[in-house]
Amino acid sequence: MKAAATSRQGPRGARLLSVDEHGTVAHHLAIDLPVLLHRGDLVVANDAATMPASLHGLHLPTGRPLEVRLAARRSLAGRDVARFTAVVLGAGDYLTPTEHRPLPPRLKPGDQLSLGRLQATVLDLLGHPRLVELRLSGASEEIWEGIARHGRPIQYAYVPEPLAIWDTWTSIAGRPVAFEAPSAGFALDWATLRAMRSRGVHFATITHAAGISSTGDPDLDALLPFDEPYEIPHSTAALIQETTHRGGRIVAVGTTVVRALEHAARGDGWVWPGTGIATNRITSATNLRVVDAIVSGLHERGSSHYELLRAFHTDRALERMTEHAEASGYMAHEFGDAVFVVARGVRLKADTTIEIRLPEMRASA
Amino acid sequence: MTDQTLQDLRVAITGGTSGLGRGLVGELVERGARVAFVARHRDDVQRTMLDFPTAIGIVGDVSRKEDVHPIAIQILGALDGLDVLVNNASSLGPVPLRPLADTACEDLELALATNLIGPFRLTKALLGALAGSARAGGGALVVNISSDAAVTPYENWGAYGASKAALRHLSHIWDAELAAEGIRIVSVDPGDMDTPLHTAAVPDADPSTLKRPETAAREIARLLAEMTRGSVLAEVGR
Repeated sequence: MKAAATSRQGPRGARLLSVDEHGTVAHHLAIDLPVLLHRGDLVVANDAATMPASLHGLHLPTGRPLEVRLAARRSLAGRDVARFTAVVLGAGDYLTPTEHRPLPPRLKPGDQLSLGRLQATVLDLLGHPRLVELRLSGASEEIWEGIARHGRPIQYAYVPEPLAIWDTWTSIAGRPVAFEAPSAGFALDWATLRAMRSRGVHFATITHAAGISSTGDPDLDALLPFDEPYEIPHSTAALIQETTHRGGRIVAVGTTVVRALEHAARGDGWVWPGTGIATNRITSATNLRVVDAIVSGLHERGSSHYELLRAFHTDRALERMTEHAEASGYMAHEFGDAVFVVARGVRLKADTTIEIRLPEMRASA
Repeated sequence: MTDQTLQDLRVAITGGTSGLGRGLVGELVERGARVAFVARHRDDVQRTMLDFPTAIGIVGDVSRKEDVHPIAIQILGALDGLDVLVNNASSLGPVPLRPLADTACEDLELALATNLIGPFRLTKALLGALAGSARAGGGALVVNISSDAAVTPYENWGAYGASKAALRHLSHIWDAELAAEGIRIVSVDPGDMDTPLHTAAVPDADPSTLKRPETAAREIARLLAEMTRGSVLAEVGR
């Protein structure tokens, strides 16, 4: 599959390949997503905005250039932006494929980095010459200003034009806590949300700090995704509970939503509101307890995105989906086309025509 | 007063270092809101932060396309989301005021960039956060500061009046489109105030005939309390 080489922030012009609960594949336009949904379904998307997480600068002990890609942090809180896990690359920029980028200068704890108006200290090496724990200096407002003004969106060589921040924001983007775009959300625009609503489909969001998709190193890539903090609002947890109760389907927009919802439900099977850190991996071995269907981008076999789809359907069905996509020239990656995959065996169980009312819910401890 | 508390309401104000904007920063901080404000000049921002230490100052120019997302990132980073945006920053256009026939096209473009396109861009960048606030609590609000010059065709106020008229109409259309998302977009005319902008427009006006910006700020704070009560209650209950 070819990667889409220009940015696109909405569903206009994108295609959508669907795989239903029986494994039947069909072709659509992305703007027709609402037609594939039923009255009483609940669509859950990740409303994280993307921070410009690529910071170019200097390794002060050697004076050599490097690129820091912020990749993870402990929480979503705006005040908690001093410490990041980061991938550090040597000289060069995104036009060189990540796997061909040189290693950074040899880093050791205490090393100072100058990143535009930001100053960083290497706190720890995390078992790989490219992976470090960093502390950014200054008050949280100063750090936000430094990231906002000096940072560039993380991007890859298959999109040659430099991305602007707005290229990486979905229509529903809110708090800037993602390191790369939660790109399945590009399948939604405000007209799509309106069309869904008019069909009796409900909409809710979570906020999940989507991490980076590639580090250029197979050993590091094997660790992806890193632990990712998320927050599930009360209103979203209540809608999920009510939808499940009534037999509607929970449709996740993006792999991050699957990861967060299944993590939140790891205890008793119910999605509780509040914050958490997703440490789970979704694979063919995962028994999905919450999510019934997923909207996702197209990704290569073997990628973590593709692996996640194996929780939804048989390898045979996914293989058929990929063959269709390749034969019809679907575009891969974050600005490409989309898939809608309904988990094997999901069927409408109950009367979903009843209007959903939000029940009172208490926060979990 | 308790029914008009704005405790923990997350509010962003553009043009927050003078006139009505500065008055709003003070009034809303006083009522317990979490406030971020935006202005072009760092020294003005720092001075205002000294006067209102709990408010977060952000340096940026809403009329510049490349400033808008960095401003939005800093607002959302400082406040962890947003309930209310007040698009207050305004440009008078060319001063002294002059007839349209003597107005340079570039000056009209500048007025439109500050008074129409800038608020449009910033609102669009913050719409996801505002919609999130609405889903969580039942109400989010954008206040676009307007003027009687948006309605009445005053001679010599062409660049300002036309840009404010466009902003007012934009507000009404957007309000209709976003009602279903739980986001209200309102246009508010605060009246003629004793502000630097008014002095630049009408240098010989008698200040005693003009409204104090603090008075207008109190009126807008009351509007916020009325229109966001749902989200305020949700915040308190969180």
